[in-house]
Formats: sequence, C-alpha cells, structure tokens
Amino acid sequence: MKMIIQNVFLFMMVLFPLHSGVWNNPHSEEKSASNTLFTSFSLSPKRLDPVVSYNANEWAFIGQIYEPPLQYNYLQRPYKLEPLTLTQMPTIRYLDKERQEVDENDERVVYSEYRLELRKDIRYQDHPAFVKDAKDHLLYASLSEEALEKIESLDDFGQKTTRHLLAEDYAYAIKRMGVRQNHSPILDSMQTYIVGLKTFSDDITKVAKEKKSEGEVLDLRAYDISGVKILGDTTLVIEINGKYPQFLYWLTMNFFAPIPWEADLFYQQKGLVSKNLTLNWYPVGTGAYYLAENNPNKQMRLVKNPNFHDETYPASDHEDAEKKLPFIDEVIYSLEKESIPLWNKFLQGYYDASGISSEAFDQAVQISSSGTMGLSEEMQEKDISLIGSVQPSTFYLAFNMVDPIVGGYTESSKKLRQAISIAIDQEEYISIFMNERGMAAQSAIPPGIFGYEEGKKGANTVVYDWVDGKHVRRSLAFAKQLLAEAGYPNGISTKTGKPLKLHYDTAATGPDNRALMDWYRKQFDTLGIQLVIRATDYNRFQDKVRKGKTQLFSWGWNADYPDPENFLFLLYGANASVDTNGAGINSSNYKNPAFDKLFEKMKTMKNTPQRMDIIRQMLKISREDAPWVWGIHPKSLALSHAWYRNVIPHAMANNTLKYKRIDAALRIKKQKEWNQPVVTPLIIIALLVLLMIFSLRRIYRNRQNRVICQEQGAC
Amino acid sequence: MLAYIIRRLLYAIPILIGVNLITFMLFFMVNSPDDMARAQLGAKQVTPELIASWKEERGYDKPLFINTKAEGFAQVSDTLFVHESLKLFSFDFGFSDSNRNIGADIKERMMPSFSIALPTFMIALITNISLALLLVLFRGSMLDTSMMIVAVMIMSVSGLFYIIAGQVLFSKIWHWVPISGYESGWDGVKFIILPVMIGVFAGIGSGVRWYRSIFLEQINQDYVRTARAKGLSEIKVLFGHVLRNGMLPILTGVVVIIPSLFMGSLIMESFFGIPGLGSYTIDAINSQDFAIVKAMVFLGSVLYIIGLILTDISYTLFDPRVKL
Repeated sequence: MKMIIQNVFLFMMVLFPLHSGVWNNPHSEEKSASNTLFTSFSLSPKRLDPVVSYNANEWAFIGQIYEPPLQYNYLQRPYKLEPLTLTQMPTIRYLDKERQEVDENDERVVYSEYRLELRKDIRYQDHPAFVKDAKDHLLYASLSEEALEKIESLDDFGQKTTRHLLAEDYAYAIKRMGVRQNHSPILDSMQTYIVGLKTFSDDITKVAKEKKSEGEVLDLRAYDISGVKILGDTTLVIEINGKYPQFLYWLTMNFFAPIPWEADLFYQQKGLVSKNLTLNWYPVGTGAYYLAENNPNKQMRLVKNPNFHDETYPASDHEDAEKKLPFIDEVIYSLEKESIPLWNKFLQGYYDASGISSEAFDQAVQISSSGTMGLSEEMQEKDISLIGSVQPSTFYLAFNMVDPIVGGYTESSKKLRQAISIAIDQEEYISIFMNERGMAAQSAIPPGIFGYEEGKKGANTVVYDWVDGKHVRRSLAFAKQLLAEAGYPNGISTKTGKPLKLHYDTAATGPDNRALMDWYRKQFDTLGIQLVIRATDYNRFQDKVRKGKTQLFSWGWNADYPDPENFLFLLYGANASVDTNGAGINSSNYKNPAFDKLFEKMKTMKNTPQRMDIIRQMLKISREDAPWVWGIHPKSLALSHAWYRNVIPHAMANNTLKYKRIDAALRIKKQKEWNQPVVTPLIIIALLVLLMIFSLRRIYRNRQNRVICQEQGAC
Repeated sequence: MLAYIIRRLLYAIPILIGVNLITFMLFFMVNSPDDMARAQLGAKQVTPELIASWKEERGYDKPLFINTKAEGFAQVSDTLFVHESLKLFSFDFGFSDSNRNIGADIKERMMPSFSIALPTFMIALITNISLALLLVLFRGSMLDTSMMIVAVMIMSVSGLFYIIAGQVLFSKIWHWVPISGYESGWDGVKFIILPVMIGVFAGIGSGVRWYRSIFLEQINQDYVRTARAKGLSEIKVLFGHVLRNGMLPILTGVVVIIPSLFMGSLIMESFFGIPGLGSYTIDAINSQDFAIVKAMVFLGSVLYIIGLILTDISYTLFDPRVKL
C-alpha cells in the first residue's frame, strides 16, 4: 500500500510541471511554432496526374505543384486571366484553310493559332528523374533489381536535381492526354479542338498497347501532334480548329500543366510502380510547392519549392503587394473523415481554417432578424473570421423533355412546367435545408459569370415579380391558374379525370433525405399533383438519366471556367443525353432550335454587349420553356483564425495557397491560452482508484481473517 | 500436429474459392463494369470511349464466369473470375482501380490498425478477466450486483457514444489528449491513449459478464473445493486454479480474433483519424473499387481460417488431454 501511495505522489510530481504546457496538440510544438499551415481533407485523393484528375479535392494539391501556362488574378473580379509561366498572354492568329492569316471576324477562319512564349527562369522542383551521369545519361531511368530493393520513397534516391521548364514539356503533356490508356477526361472534347490530336490519339493508343505488351517504355518525344509545334526552347504553338476563345480558360487548368519527359520515363519503371511510386502519386512540377509526403490515408505534406521562380503578390494597396511568393513554408493536410474531430480541432486552434458543417452551423453562425449572417459570440471571442461567397455552380430540378407528360414544347406542357417552377419554393428550401447558404437561381448562369445580371434585369419573370427592389415569387394562385390552362385544374387531368401523378427519381436513399423528399411531396401537393419518389442507387439513377427514363430529377453543375458557354451548353440540343448515348451533358434533353442557333453564335464570341444581348435572348427562351426548375446557387462559408491571413475566396483558381500567410507566434500563443489541461479530474480519479483498492483489500482481508478466526473458534 | 495443420490448410482452399465466388457474384450483381468505370473516372466528360478503354485496361471487358467467344478450356480460364482469383491465391493482390498497389497499401495500413487493436485487445483482456475474477471473489455481494448492473448499462450504449463523449470530455473539455490523429513510434503514444481507453471501456460490459459466467461455472467444481481444503487463499484459488481451468472457453473466443486485429475498426479509425485498414474495404465498396474489395474479403477469410487453426493449437497448450 505504501508503495502505491509513493507511486501516486511520484506520478503527480511528474504531472504538475506539464501543467504549463499543452497536452492535446496533435502537432509537435516545433511544427506549431513554424511557418506551417495546418489544414484538412475529407476525401482521399485518388489521382494526382494532372492529365487525369478532374476533381476539386485533388486540384487542391495539384494546383500548388503544377503550373499551367495561365492563371487567374487572385484579386481581380470579374475573374481575369494573366500569364503564369508565360512572358505575356498568348498571341492568337486566325487562319483560313490555306493557313493564311485572316481577320478574327472573317468568315474564312478555319484555324486559330495560339502562340505561347515561356519565361526562361522557371525550374522544376528537385527530383531524381533529372539526375544525369557523367555521360549525360539519366542516372535513375533504368534501375536494377538490386537498386530497387533499397527504394521505398523518393527520399531514398541519393541525388536530386532540377532543370528549366521547356516548351516541349507542355507539348509532352498534350501528347500524354492523347494516350487513351491515361484516361484523360478531356481527351474527347479536346480532340475536336486541337488540330491533329484525334489522329495522334488513335495512333499512339495502338503504340502504347504494343509497348505495354512487350514491356517497353513509351517515350512520347518520338511522336508528334500536327497542331502542336515546338519552336525552340520557349515557344509553343497550338493550333485550334475554328474559333474557341474558351481555350484560354483551359490553359489555366492542370490538364495543360507541363510534364517533363524524364519524369514520365522515370515513373514508367515497373519496380517503382509496384511501390506506388508513380506520376499519379508523386507529381513533378514547377509550382510554389512540391509534394514531400503522400499518404492519402493520413497526411499530405507540401513544402515550399526552393527553385520556385520570381512571383509577387498582385499589385494592390494590400500590405503584401509586390512581396515575393509564397509566404508559407509548409502545408500539412490531415485526413479528417468525421466532422466532430475536425470542428473541435479548429476551435482548439490546431487547424487554421475550417468549413462549417451542418452540425456546427448553429454554434458558428447566427442569422439576424433581417436575414444577414454573422459570427456567433463564441467565434467572435476567438477572433475568427467568416468568409462567404456564392459558388459558380447551379443545382436544379430537371424535367425530362422527352417525357410525354412533363416534356415537350406545347403551350400546355410549358405551362405545366412553369406552374411547378413557381410552386417549388426555393427560398424555403434554402432556409430549411441549407441554413440560408444559397441563393435562388434566376437562370442557369450563376453570379460571377458573364451573362448573369442582378436585380430586375436578371429576374426570371416566369417565376418572379419584381416588387420593391426584390424578387418575389409569383403566387400559388397564379401557378394553379397555369396548371389549369395546362389541362390539370387542381391537379386533375381534364383528359382522364385522374389526379396528375409525377415521378421524381433520386439517389438520395438515406434516412437523412426523408425530410427532403417529404418537402418535395408537399410542394407538389400545393398544386394537387401527386409526387412519387423513386429512390434508387446512384448507378441506376445515372443510368436512368442517361437513357432518358426519368420524369423529374435533381442535378447540378460546377463551372469549369467563368464563361456562360460552360453553363448554357447544359441546355444545348446537340448535347442531349438521349441522342449521344449518355455522353451528352444536357441531361434534361432540352432541344429548342432557336436557343441552339443563338448558342452556336454566342459560344465563340468575346464578352461584348452583343454577346450579352444574345445571352438575354437565350435566357428568355429557356425561362419560357422551363426545362429546369431554376434551383439554387450555393454559398460557401468558411472560417479562419486571426493568424491565417490573405484568405480571399476565389472560385476558379486552384493555386491560391502561395498568396496566403500564417502568423505562427500568434497561433502558438492562442493554442496555449485555449488548451490548458484541467488536472483536477485526474487527481480525483487517481484518489478514487486508490480508495477503491484500499477498501477492497480491507474487505478481502477481513473476510479471510473471519474464516481463520471461525476455524480457530476465536470469533 | 503438422499433418493436422496441412489438412486444415488444404480444407481452406475450397472455402476460399467459395468465398471468392460469392464476392464476385454479389459485387457484380450490384455494380456493372460500366458503373465502376464511371465511379473511377468522375462525373464530368465521361464518354463511352473513355469507359471502354478503362475497362480494357483493367480486364473488366472480359466476361465474368463463361467466355462464350473462346473455345475449349479458355471458355472458363479466359474470364474475369479465373484471371483475378488465381492471382489472389498467390497473394498477388494487384492494383486498385485507382492504380495503387494493393499489397503495398495493405502493408502500410496494417500497422496503424494493429497499433490500436493490439493494446486495446491486451488491456481489455487483462482488465475484463481481472474484474471478472474480482466479482467472482466478491460474488453475491453489493459490489457484484452493482457491477453487473453497470456492465449491462455499458453494453446498452452505442460504441459511437463513447467515442464522441470521450473526445469531448478528454480532449475538448479537459484537454488531456489530442482529439484525433496518428503518428508511428513513440510520438504516437498520445494519439492511441484515447481510442484504446474507449475501446477497452466499451467492451468491459460484455467482457466482464462473459468471463464472470465462465469463472462461476468453475468456482463450484470439486477441484476448487479441494484447493480451498488445502488451505489456499481465495486469490490463489482463483488465479491458480479457476483461471487456468477457465482458459479453454476463453481461448475459443479470444485466439480466433488475434489474426483479424490487423483488419482494424471502421468507426474507431474514422473518428480518430487512424490510417488503418478499418475503412479500406468500406471506402472501396463506396467507390466501387472491386480490386480492393476482393483482396480484402480474401484476406479476411484467410485470417479467420488462421485464427481457427491457432485456436485448435492453443487447446493443446492448455489442456494436455487434447491431441491434434
């Protein structure tokens, strides 16, 4: 017993000095005090190959590592393109079929030629793929079995070096896109634009297959795309079929990031592939950061690229203007699948920024009686900032336009859809299911994209009236009148005398979605329409949509680039899903010749007043036809601590990490302040355990003694 | 014993083929190769050409069980089932549909799972047996009755509650340990304290009740009376005789679990950010990654069979009457 008490005192003596420190810090104190950003990811990235990845959670990493030719200006709105690895914006020449230069507006334009002039001061991150021996051969391009045995990660290579970015690296990336086995999601669409890519792709795919079966490495330098020309080390020319002004936006995306041929050959070695050392998992870029650790199941770590070229914070009145980028030395992304630990770590100061989950919404945000959002008192006390922005996304409820009941272009079918569009109260949806994190859509085009208009000009007059400077949803009585004119007075078909029954297909099968489905039923019920929910798994749901076997369904679209073409093509007839074997993105199968004609004209135009006029006409047609219930544009809300600075939401750019800044001294001060351990319960628990041991020991001894004394007749 | 082990291993082959067959049938009943391709390739710009090339690259363009286009034995052998199953039996798990080496991934994820599961298992075993013996020592007392009520209460509450309550209490309110995270080596001790503590506590109710019932069966046996008659103290009787004789049923339930400790726990790993194998299968099912699903089901079956063999072998160690 004496020994136990001694041990408890010893334990407490050890414990009390720790009282001054912090026990629950998941990071080391050294790291917390360093210029490191701590953040999280909830979905493990599956592919970091820039030619393949088409996912925002993967672009969060890729965007910091690879550098396509162009980027979005971090501060300017509306979004503006600027050179990233180029000396200037690409120069564009328009050519006729004989490849003679003609005016941009000339009808003879058959090709557009984009000339890219690269900066000469850009170098890749240090990487073993670039190391050469005395004979100028790549040192690690054909590793022996013996050498491979010692290699588990890129750090196991003895040497690393860099080289300058060359025009051929961009050409190599486009060639990789052409290899069908690489599964680039934009290959099929780019084949229609980049001259010669289709022929190249057909040929190289066969070559790649042969090389694979023979176990040989595929070096794409030996093959050329007719429309991609390398004119020296720093000049690249890309030829496009016809006019495609949106191509500039594609040049900001990772698909056009440079790939050094040395890295491609290096990572094709079978011994490295079997160790998960592939280009898909270990990018080689020229960006502000390189991937130092890739464990998608635990942690991804980006470290400042020491070879990063000169780039400064955009010119402005900001205190960091013209200062050299990047500001943060290291970024640690930890996998957090559950929202509770993520949220609590943010509140403890161990994550520098956080989104707001629906569970944490009430704790973080308070909505005033006027409907404006603000931070709760608890957040304000911690000096946390709230950053909100409307996303360039549209979520809508689609009518299948080939369906005999809700589809079609007759007056009655239009009125049926218009009536439903009025009855589904998007404002209520946003309030109930989105914690006010969204805005009701007036058309397919979200805010921030050319063609979006605010106020009365941008109102969807089919669904809204403009009253006292506000959009006011038209009355239910008006919707009922439209429904009656459509042949369904009070929801009863005049032809059959039976109530109108519509089917809503959804993959939202979980118990959490029951309330949402009930809400939809209620909305239709206000018109007397019976809504039948057909819940199914996601595979079947997608299949039904592709084959046009639905009536109503919900769908959404996130912008690839800030151009109205990227939204209005969702309604372009040639993209109808049923006519393209499911490949088309027009899931509602909307086809209006007048709309299509305007779209074809609008898509190659620059953002001029003339283009705006055409867009207005298109929106008017689509609003009248109502192929969608124009749903919502979501608002994203994010929180960040006072020590995390220069955080400006940018919905299009993926490479924004380099502009951000951390005040590590303030962070560690706050972490200590907020996380002092509470030791009293520990002492109480220790004393209770001791007391219990002591009592039980005593009871046991008494019992044993009782037996002895009974045997001896002494008791 | 060697002959017995070889015999049992041979029995395992048809079992594993059967498990594999069922896995194939169930998976492809729900997911078609086209669906799998779409799940991997993403939601945007997925063309039929892209899907076809993805399937060809991974062999999903082959028929499942019977290849009617082939002739002779190739009708059976040139199928997805045979092609994929043969590799499994040589423990070549191949590559996942997102192009990662599954064997390397399993190797990497096994240790984090094991680093939580092993201490939880060991501490729980010792704690539960000790508490059960304590209750047997004080059987029929207020302590015994109240502890049994507490045990039932502990059993009645969901494990998820303990996880969330533990995180809130020990990390958020008292600031004793990190709420989640993982590091290998000694730096990682602070991360495993809470999950281990919660794992042990959540299992106390059922564990103590089960071990207590085993020991109570022994306590009235003749050999216990004889031991007491020899004048041994109650503690010596319990630890020296009751525990030893109660080991056989304990082993049946315990040894079979040991190999599967590597497989991890889904909820525990998810909440505590442990990069283990617990969520590997579920994530693969959600992303329709068949290569991982079949590998994990196969591995789980192998480990279970090994567990059963180990249980049989352990009998011989504790009961000399058992011969294999």
